[in-house]
Amino acid sequence: MDMLTRIPVREQDPKVRAKNFEEVCLGYNQEEAQIEATRCLKCKNAKCITGCPVSIDIPGFIREVEAGNIEEAYHVISQYSALPAVCGRVCPQESQCEERCIRGIKGEPVSIGKLERFVADWARENGIQPKAAEVKNGKKVAVIGSGPAGLTCAGDLAKLGYDVTIFEALHEAGGVLTYGIPEFRLPKDTVVQSEIENVKVLGVKIETNVVIGKSTTVDELLEDEGFDAVFIGSGAGLPKFMGIPGENANGVFSANEYLTRNNLMKAFDVSYDTPIVAGKKVAVVGGGNVAMDAARTALRLGAEVHIVYRRSESELPARVEEVHHAKEEGIIFDLLTNPKEILVDEKGWVKGMTCVKMDLGEPDASGRRRPVEVPGSEFELELDTVIMSLGTSPNPLISSTTHGLDINKYKCIIADEEKGQTSKEGVYAGGDAVTGAATVILAMGAGKAAAKGIDEYLTNK
Amino acid sequence: MFTIRKKELLANNIYLMDIEAPRVAKSCHPGQFVIVKMDEKGERIPLTICDYDREAGTVAIVFQAVGESTKRMADYEVGDTFRDFSGPLGCKSELIDEDPEELKKKSILFVAGGVGTAPVYPQVKWMHEQGYNVDCIIGARNKDLIILEEEMKKVARNVYVATDDGSYGFKGNVNDKIKDLVNNEGKHYDHVIAIGPIIMMKFVSILTKELGIPTTVSMNPIMVDGTGMCGACRLTVGGEVKFACVDGPEFDGHLVDFDESMKRQQMYKTQEGREILKEKEGATHKNGGCGCGGND
Ligand SMILES: Cc1cc2nc3c(=O)[nH]c(=O)nc-3n(C[C@H](O)[C@H](O)[C@H](O)COP(=O)(O)OP(=O)(O)OC[C@H]3O[C@@H](n4cnc5c(N)ncnc54)[C@H](O)[C@@H]3O)c2cc1C
Ligand SMILES: Cc1cc2nc3c(=O)[nH]c(=O)nc-3n(C[C@H](O)[C@H](O)[C@H](O)COP(=O)(O)OP(=O)(O)OC[C@H]3O[C@@H](n4cnc5c(N)ncnc54)[C@H](O)[C@@H]3O)c2cc1C
Ligand code: SF4
Ligand code: SF4
Ligand code: FES
Ligand SMILES: [Mg+2]
Repeated sequence: MDMLTRIPVREQDPKVRAKNFEEVCLGYNQEEAQIEATRCLKCKNAKCITGCPVSIDIPGFIREVEAGNIEEAYHVISQYSALPAVCGRVCPQESQCEERCIRGIKGEPVSIGKLERFVADWARENGIQPKAAEVKNGKKVAVIGSGPAGLTCAGDLAKLGYDVTIFEALHEAGGVLTYGIPEFRLPKDTVVQSEIENVKVLGVKIETNVVIGKSTTVDELLEDEGFDAVFIGSGAGLPKFMGIPGENANGVFSANEYLTRNNLMKAFDVSYDTPIVAGKKVAVVGGGNVAMDAARTALRLGAEVHIVYRRSESELPARVEEVHHAKEEGIIFDLLTNPKEILVDEKGWVKGMTCVKMDLGEPDASGRRRPVEVPGSEFELELDTVIMSLGTSPNPLISSTTHGLDINKYKCIIADEEKGQTSKEGVYAGGDAVTGAATVILAMGAGKAAAKGIDEYLTNK
Repeated sequence: MFTIRKKELLANNIYLMDIEAPRVAKSCHPGQFVIVKMDEKGERIPLTICDYDREAGTVAIVFQAVGESTKRMADYEVGDTFRDFSGPLGCKSELIDEDPEELKKKSILFVAGGVGTAPVYPQVKWMHEQGYNVDCIIGARNKDLIILEEEMKKVARNVYVATDDGSYGFKGNVNDKIKDLVNNEGKHYDHVIAIGPIIMMKFVSILTKELGIPTTVSMNPIMVDGTGMCGACRLTVGGEVKFACVDGPEFDGHLVDFDESMKRQQMYKTQEGREILKEKEGATHKNGGCGCGGND
């Protein structure tokens, strides 16, 4: 066996998967996982761990995989992460754990993410669950939001014996894992639901349909409902629009709406009531992971799909794997292109979009070369649907209803990185609500840090 | 799970239900709404809070069975449960935070159109409980569609009923009645609150602008989450884009772009038409790959 290259992972054929919502990546089987595990050098000074925001003992679990002790491998991972089946699928591993892997210096890094996924899937299929705390300490903590930050914080506190309740605004738990990331990358009923179940097994209660700031407030949770501390993991869900003419036309959606209709509300399945206007010819404006997800969803609903992005391919913020998958499936990339106006028919529906070609000029504040319009290069794209995927920001619902909670000019809650402490005593925050839109694993890292901060605070109080 | 405690047929196709939802009942205010999801496969349906009993922990909703979901909802009986009932959502009516002294000086007219009478009721009731007197016009196409008249009479100073066909009360639409009150009966109003179909709110706003009366309308665009996350509910107010679920649902009627909102309300009309087709034709309706029905 060639130790320099990784065991390839099986995937659904692009032609087939472009027409279904089944998972694209099929994952390793045990044999493949055990062979891949032999590639790991089990480094004493394992650099990979420093790249993982929740510091999973990577050589520790891989050693168990190699020996065929998959259950033991699962318990190693569970000490650090509440959502391994999720992270193994959606973490940007290539820029985290795997980027630092020693094996990667000469050849391809160890497939840490795929191994993690294998272990978590095996545990689920074999009914292995994490172990709940034996003694309760009688202290109550409220967690707002059931995304990765909230689930992690809640799980860690429950393991320490706290009585934890998660309050979630929507009717299902999971945050972006449930409403945003599509089924074909992250199956809901199997993967997401079972990881949420595992958090419940630890004793965490989840109350859905509670909008903090409306149904009750952070202040009321602390003063009237008897919670000793609060963690805010409410994410960054507020979608941005461009502000160009025609943007309120019928057929223009935020990526959040398009994805929510499809993922949370399951519009792709006719037995569910929520409708979706799928579109025949769709443009997705933006170049991040969210744009790729919206584009690949529209493709599966039967549309011809264009990604319209104002910079060039090398600046695409999406993960390389996602761009690669999108291309394989037949998404058309209109790069160095920027929308100017959405064209609307007399009934108020989208009929096209005027775009302009862009050139890359001098580097801007982000260090990337700034796109500038090419004069006179306007052209029209004929379309019936436009999906805006321009990023999101935190919703001010909680910050505006909590006394003494400081936010910055981007409406992000200010919290210290180490412990998640905010400007208000007893209130902690983390994840996208603090950083703005980031990643699952960073949100989990922040949830973990805050659990530690809350434990210290309540222990010393 | 949220249990239905009471169900009443108010008029042809218009139902009132009391739902046990203690958290919502405890914190809601007039002007706010809830989102109901009947079961696993149901849509999220926004409905205005029409009354509440903080002690009993119940919230009243009034809905008109107009389409697939609301028709299904009408089949639910007392003792049945809704899977989800989320709220209160949106901002409370602006009257609630107005300075009581200022409010006392004002003469207020509520204009309710059809099922819009339901969301008007809690506001008028609140005003009554605070000791303010207000007038109210209830308008509908015909007598059979007039709802909550008796309830309204208990809380409003004057209730005027107007029907398009003259089958009951004043003959004419609500705008004809506003003109009648102002021009013929010498009434003076400082503020109008109009809630009903968008087309009604549009024409009331045009009239009150001419009459120089500040006007509040309650918008009901298509919604999904109701928490500011999807942007489906966006509308233009005074040239600015607003999300009705978090910035509203009440807005200045003289600034709302009603024509745009009317177009946006039609967005899923063909989709829902297909739903009915699906019912009629059964499985043969499924085609076009995904079967979502939107791509052929
Ligand atoms: C389409 C899409 C694809 C993505 N793909 C990836 C990927 O491949 N890899 C990756 O690492 N990251 C990805 N991300 C980013 C990642 O999902 C987020 O960074 C992460 O989910 C943030 O976690 P969080 O817990 O902070 O917030 P969220 O996941 O946003 O969860 C917040 C939760 O709080 C709830 N909430 C909000 N306000 C309230 C309130 N007032 N009261 C009660 N509850 C409230 C929300 O309903 C939500 O459920 C993607 C994001 C999107 C949108
Ligand atoms: C803030 C708000 C408060 C409302 N309050 C009430 C109320 O108190 N009583 C009442 O009878 N109705 C109310 N509505 C309207 C109610 O939500 C719709 O009638 C209902 O969703 C229709 O569902 P359907 O499937 O039965 O009909 P459909 O056939 O799907 O639609 C019928 C009509 O309702 C609109 N509609 C459909 N889906 C939605 C949606 N998700 N959000 C908003 N509108 C939609 C459509 O544009 C169409 O005009 C309110 C809407 C909003 C946004
Ligand atoms: S959680 Fe993410 S970063 Fe950490 S080891 Fe797993 S894949 Fe790597
Ligand atoms: S750095 Fe790479 S080779 Fe070393 S322990 Fe981590 S995964 Fe294994
Ligand atoms: S309904 Fe989604 S933002 Fe208002
Ligand atoms: Mg409907």
